[in-house]
Amino acid sequence: MEDLLIQALNGLASASSLFLVASGLTVIFGVSRIVNFAHGSLYMLGAYVGWSLVTQLPEGLAGTSVGFWGSILLAALIVGAIGMVIEVLLLRRIYEAPELFQLLATFGVVLVVQDVALLIWGPQDLLGPRAPLLRGSTEMLGVRFPRYELFLIIVGPVVLGLLWLLFHRTRWGTLVRAATQDREMVSALGVDQRRLFTSVFFLGAMLAGLGGTLQLPRESVNLQMDLAIITEAFVVVVVGGLGSLPGAFLAALLIGELHAFGILILPRITLVLVFLVMAIVLVARPHGLLGRASAPSRGAAAAPDPPIGPTPRPLIVAGAIALALLIAAPLLLRDYEISVLTELLIFVLFAASLHFIMGPGGMASFGHAAYFGAGAYGAALLAKHLGAPMLLGLAAAPALAGLLGIAFGWFCVRLSGVYSAMLTLAFAQIAWSVAFQWVEVTGGDNGILGVWPDGWARDKSVFFYLTLVLCIGASLMLRRAVRAPFGYALRAGRDNALRAEAIGIDGFRIRWLAFTVAAVAAGIAGGLFAYSKGSVFPSTLGIPRSVDALLMVLLGGVQTLSGPIVGALAFAGLQEQLMRATELWRLIMGSVIIALVLFFPQGLAGAVQKAWGK
Amino acid sequence: MVGFDRRTLLAGGTALAMPRIVHAQGDVIRIGEVNSYTSQPAFLAPYRNGWILAIEQVNAGGGVNGRRLETIFRDDAGRPEDAVRHAGELINSERVALLAGGFLSNVGLALGDFANQNKKLFVASEPLTDALVWARGNRYTFRLRPSTYMQAAMLVEEAAKLPARRWATVAPNYEYGQSAVRWFKELLTRAKPDVTFVGEQFPALGRIDAGATVQALASTTPDAIFNVTFGADLTNFVRQGNTRGLFERRRIVSMLTGEPEYLLPLGDEAPENWIVTGYPWEDLNTPGHTAFRDAYRARFNEAPRLGSVVAFDTVSAIAAMLRKTGADTETEKMVDAMRGLTFPTAFGTGDVTFRPIDHQSTLGAYVGRTALRNGRGTMVDWRYADGAAYLPADDVVRTLRPQS
Repeated sequence: MEDLLIQALNGLASASSLFLVASGLTVIFGVSRIVNFAHGSLYMLGAYVGWSLVTQLPEGLAGTSVGFWGSILLAALIVGAIGMVIEVLLLRRIYEAPELFQLLATFGVVLVVQDVALLIWGPQDLLGPRAPLLRGSTEMLGVRFPRYELFLIIVGPVVLGLLWLLFHRTRWGTLVRAATQDREMVSALGVDQRRLFTSVFFLGAMLAGLGGTLQLPRESVNLQMDLAIITEAFVVVVVGGLGSLPGAFLAALLIGELHAFGILILPRITLVLVFLVMAIVLVARPHGLLGRASAPSRGAAAAPDPPIGPTPRPLIVAGAIALALLIAAPLLLRDYEISVLTELLIFVLFAASLHFIMGPGGMASFGHAAYFGAGAYGAALLAKHLGAPMLLGLAAAPALAGLLGIAFGWFCVRLSGVYSAMLTLAFAQIAWSVAFQWVEVTGGDNGILGVWPDGWARDKSVFFYLTLVLCIGASLMLRRAVRAPFGYALRAGRDNALRAEAIGIDGFRIRWLAFTVAAVAAGIAGGLFAYSKGSVFPSTLGIPRSVDALLMVLLGGVQTLSGPIVGALAFAGLQEQLMRATELWRLIMGSVIIALVLFFPQGLAGAVQKAWGK
Repeated sequence: MVGFDRRTLLAGGTALAMPRIVHAQGDVIRIGEVNSYTSQPAFLAPYRNGWILAIEQVNAGGGVNGRRLETIFRDDAGRPEDAVRHAGELINSERVALLAGGFLSNVGLALGDFANQNKKLFVASEPLTDALVWARGNRYTFRLRPSTYMQAAMLVEEAAKLPARRWATVAPNYEYGQSAVRWFKELLTRAKPDVTFVGEQFPALGRIDAGATVQALASTTPDAIFNVTFGADLTNFVRQGNTRGLFERRRIVSMLTGEPEYLLPLGDEAPENWIVTGYPWEDLNTPGHTAFRDAYRARFNEAPRLGSVVAFDTVSAIAAMLRKTGADTETEKMVDAMRGLTFPTAFGTGDVTFRPIDHQSTLGAYVGRTALRNGRGTMVDWRYADGAAYLPADDVVRTLRPQS
């Protein structure tokens, strides 16, 4: 019994830590609608800056309470200022861009911060000092419990209380709440949105920094902190309801406690627990625990996408030339270049499949790798367990991906916006953990090896042509589907769900079908990927792969049909080149992404289209 | 080409042929090295230093048969698919003679399979998974470091001497952690049938909820704990465990914790009296190691880590293999030379062999206890556990590895 009570306290301490990070994220999202991927980086910077301050205190302050807590607060303020700089220099310029585009910018920041932190603080994990006065432990229920954990348990609710006061007892807070509900209206009433957004970003970043620097006495400071925390913070925000502080607190409690007790019963559940919780909560409550359906946004971001006309003649010519070059490529290039082209083609189809539901469908997906990975595993499992020939494997790939799409899509397309996107992420992570933990069948994280093409397709050129036919064929079919009556119905539902329903379009079925079609197309890409690499690992359906697809689509431009093609070529091509050229490829890649975001807020293909239109 | 030129020389070639001969003999041998440099910088920065040092020493000594060694490094960012792409590029465009590297097990396996498919030699340096040389072993893949099984076997030998009966385990939730626990349980139960395993924890790699994990372990009241966590997880686990008294009156047996990579970041909070595998870099004073340590310090102005030794030994092995083939870089000849190859290790403990039976090297590890000295962790009472003594019998190995 005492054990269980102590375990409950452990859950509370983790919940507090989680809440601090999530609170900043939810405040920022609530007002600016920015999915701030760099929030984890701010958290990591908080820890590193705090470490530097605490370990370099002047003589008289070192080891004292004043020195320690002063450093903690100063670190949080510095990170807040860094957040403000990011907002002013970067995000402020792209608020008008299509939804989720800012995610691309913040991802660029993540890459830059990773290399900058490595350059400043070095590769080795750093261990911060313990907090003065809170070093040891207190005897409770016959068990020693760390005093610092008790302190953390108190910090969470205190911060929640302070934030509540700030939002309910100050004019600034009232404005923030109003902007969370309807930011166009607030702006129409004469409130300076820019200052409001900047100050909100400062607050959010400061909370992330505080969350990070408060981990100093309990955890090591390392370069993996950013990505380790960011997914969990998002889960907390979404489970709680976007923009809701009490919701985030409740969600952090739920996840902290479930985790603390879950590992007593099922120690191996650590990988998937938070995503299971999120899936269940979102299926039962589509807007999270305490979230509300947001007011329909009337800003530029919600302006309907430009209508899709017939493919302009120059584009057809350009496409034909590109195709001719691709067909001629194996005659001119060496094996390695051919295999890189093969990989690029696969990513083109993968990005096009995501674009199909994101652009015309209006449903973002943070978990599209699930279907890519399902395709890869479909092919690999058949090859491994049944010794199936390659063509059978390639046929099984879209089949398995499609089945998964039917199953997951049925839940996901009922939700909207970020909730829907996060539900796709939850399912993708559940699929990932199956691939990761079902070692007997999938080989776990050691993967499935020896998935090489059959003899006739072993030649790089032959496999390239096979990929060319399948990927370009499937991409063109997706393009065709957007222009078919089905595509019109899909776009109608995206632009105005109510009107579309009123003229007799069954929005749910159309979206469900679109989701499945996208899954099938991603599955084809996944199957080809498996055979081109010769092995399949759980990482094919991991979060980074989903993020890659998202970045490709956003980089190319969501609103054009050619966007995913351009985006995939730019993103994967750039990464391939940079990784060979320099150790600091993340820094350069992040900077390039940031620059592209600033110069082409409609995406690369969108910019070309706009320039053409003029 | 080399053969042709030499024959020309023997036939009394003209002076005109001389520069070509010099050129051919001075021709570099290129090694393609693929590793997760950006995703695992803490381990791979010292690794790369060790590699560079060894290459410089080989070249300073005139290379191999007059041919210099050159390395082309590639970063796979921890992704097997990128590693495979780099491998293709290194072989196709850079014309490397052989591949080496790999830190993560899945990257190592992907590269091993790629090498098998393309019939190129792959010398895996770091990956620990048993599958690399056993379940998924192949003709073209060789592995230097003592595997998960070997490390577990070394620790079981010590664990079996303890009076502890009730054991709990904690390991990161992926293949390395799971197979370490599986082997430890199996081998310890075989050595000491009266032990019971009363609890196990599998925190997600890099995301341990240390407080809850420590408490969950404590509630099973074990006599001893087998730990496999490392890096940031280990640090957080040790902090919570120290504050909560988890390690008091309990023996802890811990994999890899004696390696400076993991011990040094713990600073003065490094645990004492844990039984660990590792590398006593300060106190190991064999002539070979002293020379290595001095050279490393002179070149990089810091102490070597275990990764430095692994990289240094990998290059030593490759150089020894090339000497054996007479600098011939034809893959089948190199593979034949690798089988049964002996080469010196930077530990200075004599020669190490790549076993023909499974392509695992007999490089060992140091087993000892942790202690605090001058405000940081170190290893005491250590001994060298020769890898050859901690591998299963040959007939068992044959059942573990596909026989062609």
